[in-house]
Amino acid sequence: MASGFAQWGNDLYTGRRSYDIVGRRKIWFTISTVLVVLSAIFLIKPGLNPGIEFRGGSEFVVSGVSDTGQQLAIDTVTQISPDEQPKVTTVGGDSLRIQTSTLTEDEVTEVKNALAEAYDVPVENVTSSFIGPSWGKDLSQKAITGILVFLLFVTIVMTIYFRNWRMAAAALIALFHDLIITVGVYAAIGWEVTPATVIGFLTILGYSIYDTVVVFDKVRENTADTLLQSRYTYGEKANLAVNQTLVRSINTSVVALLPVGAILFVGAFLLGAGTLRDIALALFVGMLIGTFSSVFLATPFEVALREREPAIREHTKKVLDARAARAASGEDVSVSAEDLRVPVGALKPGAHQGNAAQPKRKR
Amino acid sequence: MLGLIIFALLGAIAAGTKWSTASWTPNLALDLEGGTQIILTPVADNGEDISSETIAQAIDVIRQRVDSSGVAEAEITSQSGGKIVVALPGNPSEETIALVETSAQMAFRPVLAIGNPTPTDTTPTPEPTDSAAATDPAAPAPTPTPTAGAEEPSDEPTKAAPDNPSDTAYYITPAVQAEFDALDCTDPTNLTGGVNGDPDKAFVTCGQDGSAKYILGPVEIEGARISSATSGLNQLPSGGQGNKWVVNIAFDNQGTTEFTDVTTRLQGLSASPPLNQFAMVLDGLVISAPSLDSGVIIADGKAEISGTFTRESAASLANQLNFGSLPLTFKPESKEQISATLGSEQLQMGLLAGLIGLGLVVVYSLLQYRALGLVTVASLMVAGLLTYSIITLLSWTQGYRLSLPGVAGLIVAIGITADSFIVYFERIRDELREGRTLVAAVDRGWERARRTILASDAVNFLAAVVLYVLAVGSVRGFAFTLGLTTLIDVLVVFMFTHPVMQLVARTKFFGQGHRLSGLDPRRLGAPSSTRYVGRGRVVHGSETSEGRAVEDAPVDAEATPRVPVAVGGGTGGLTIAERRAAARAAEQKAASTTDAPVDAPAQESEPESGRTEGNEH
Repeated sequence: MASGFAQWGNDLYTGRRSYDIVGRRKIWFTISTVLVVLSAIFLIKPGLNPGIEFRGGSEFVVSGVSDTGQQLAIDTVTQISPDEQPKVTTVGGDSLRIQTSTLTEDEVTEVKNALAEAYDVPVENVTSSFIGPSWGKDLSQKAITGILVFLLFVTIVMTIYFRNWRMAAAALIALFHDLIITVGVYAAIGWEVTPATVIGFLTILGYSIYDTVVVFDKVRENTADTLLQSRYTYGEKANLAVNQTLVRSINTSVVALLPVGAILFVGAFLLGAGTLRDIALALFVGMLIGTFSSVFLATPFEVALREREPAIREHTKKVLDARAARAASGEDVSVSAEDLRVPVGALKPGAHQGNAAQPKRKR
Repeated sequence: MLGLIIFALLGAIAAGTKWSTASWTPNLALDLEGGTQIILTPVADNGEDISSETIAQAIDVIRQRVDSSGVAEAEITSQSGGKIVVALPGNPSEETIALVETSAQMAFRPVLAIGNPTPTDTTPTPEPTDSAAATDPAAPAPTPTPTAGAEEPSDEPTKAAPDNPSDTAYYITPAVQAEFDALDCTDPTNLTGGVNGDPDKAFVTCGQDGSAKYILGPVEIEGARISSATSGLNQLPSGGQGNKWVVNIAFDNQGTTEFTDVTTRLQGLSASPPLNQFAMVLDGLVISAPSLDSGVIIADGKAEISGTFTRESAASLANQLNFGSLPLTFKPESKEQISATLGSEQLQMGLLAGLIGLGLVVVYSLLQYRALGLVTVASLMVAGLLTYSIITLLSWTQGYRLSLPGVAGLIVAIGITADSFIVYFERIRDELREGRTLVAAVDRGWERARRTILASDAVNFLAAVVLYVLAVGSVRGFAFTLGLTTLIDVLVVFMFTHPVMQLVARTKFFGQGHRLSGLDPRRLGAPSSTRYVGRGRVVHGSETSEGRAVEDAPVDAEATPRVPVAVGGGTGGLTIAERRAAARAAEQKAASTTDAPVDAPAQESEPESGRTEGNEH
């Protein structure tokens, strides 16, 4: 399999095999739009399920129980405060988490003792927490400030690094796309949004940009001399870059997803609700979408932006016209966007490569 | 170099474990160790903004309370947005938690009596006040001695109303006296503070350092009346600067009036110490009880406290006074209790997840990169070792604690770190595909990969820093490990992976592109047409020089690495004519061997020259 994969990667690199990712951008844009719209719907209809950190309330954890039956916990709580609708979840192997709305100090003590009695564990095994309603609000406010500050910095850094605001713009579009879809998937699954989830969302920011930067770096390298030649259009060169980094993108996302998948597995099946599971789900979805967007969304979008530039537009027109003319005269038919072959490094026998290509004296 | 760093880190930890409190494992945060975490927001009663000095002072106040209540290893830190995080290990009592949450107040109260910190057995008031009460001109005869026997001392004052706040007869009731006698200020539990006492009644308390105990009169001036407090060297009457450290207090308008009244009255009591002293009470403990110099009535609201101050103690008192000027209440934001068993279970599972993830990454990179995957594994191990030792070192020196989100950050970092290697390896492969030898490919690939790795790591680090600076609570632990591992990633790639690649490229196994090396140029499809590469050398391949007929060419085309056809036994000194001849010969040869097995020409030319590196000379 690996040899096939290496061969495939190598074909992608030389351009022998090429997927017209940039040319078919309408398809990817449509897919992305549909996904974003779906996420928006999920965000409105079931909506995000705020965790206790965002609702505020009291939480009890009974650890070391022999029987993880949940009804017992519900009955115990409702005995003390009849209007409560406690949420009970299993945490870890032998612990139960019971969440209620905010209780008074006395009620907390009462519930604690009652739970200890009901589950036949010492009172020390029952812990209680209280989370004020402003805590979560504070956290989300911080998160939003964080996102804004980060975006500002990233835009500046990318504009300076790539010397082109369009790349920054395309990266940001990809970023929003990733973020919205990740949040949408989270809403659709219906797990509680906890601070851990927010951490996951915030990490997606970094990861999405990170992934896009790597692809854009190759695009920049490939397209640096676009205007100096008249054989390929900007879009074709960019497309080659995407194809050339495809293997890396796949390897990277597999390698990044493996540990996250491990956390997700352990978190979801062995631990139950908790920090690890929440972070892992957000990261898993985000990284998957991030890889997709860095390949199928960011670069095509960047090309779409660049092609509106007068210089690039003119150049593209020139190349295509020349190609059409050649095709009409029947001399060089093979060149088309479909089987584009860019001699990235393949030297032509006998052709002079310029002084720069001459062997250097070792210093 | 990197070895040196790791060695130094491990050495430091080893030394720490031997001679200090360090340990080989990092300290764990509450969510892994179990305990109680309370997050408080200090709110100023008058809605003013709270400065970071005030927060620091508030933390000191809370620490005083917690430490005195006997809870060991409590961790009290401030976080962005002026939040105070109090982490108490284990399962602290309700009283301790309530104590943490009480607000800190400051007040000025007159001193009615001072005593040694230890409990007094006899009923008479301690020596300093002995005669004071008797000679107090403002007060009538001292209170009758408490009724002997088991009867509860009465808390009823003997008079209907106090003459003034220094009226010992009114304020020192038998109950107060009994309380005062019983108070033991050498017992740390009595130094927790947090009880401010009824502002209209006498108040029995200890000095903050437990060196004396006091009976204080009612609150005369509230802490909020202080407009500022500073420390500095004393001003001499001549206008010059003395050499004694003093604390200057300035009161606001109302405070000035009140302070004038107080000093006027205390001046009248100057003959009967300690009644001429007034105590500054912060959080229920006396931080300072200066006496009034004789003959001085402070009417301008600017008091100077002198004494045996050092620079530090003066500054600390000024800070305390400033803090007291802003009455704070602590609003609990959240209170979380984590049982120790659940914490350790989470840690185990987290580590398990990390191991599974690491294992999968290793397997995948071995599949993808064959022997090259071993470089990844080795780099990951170095990065892991480095991360572990830095975290352990930080938890020893800086009190860093590893939390569950922190562990998650570490696990996520496995992927991001491995990605740097992937970017690098893919670049090397790209260069190989362009027909370079491995040594040259490593160098060139590095040049390009370096840029990409630095740019992407910069973005990652930026994200981590922004998260860390702006975030609260658990998000911080995550951002910290993420940022740390990003830095370590850069370090490892630069100082380990790249040098190792350079070394590895010189070995036969990798350099000649063994099938299992992961750097097999044939498999990577290095340009395989026979071509002239300059300086009398020609590269052979299976394809014709018009390499366009790809569709017909075998897909798994085998190409040899560049093998010079050089004539002249590797001297390299060919004339131009000779080179042209060689080039022509090569083209002809290539044309004739279009479909022949590739290896044939290569083997023919191999014995002629051992040099396989095209552009090295």
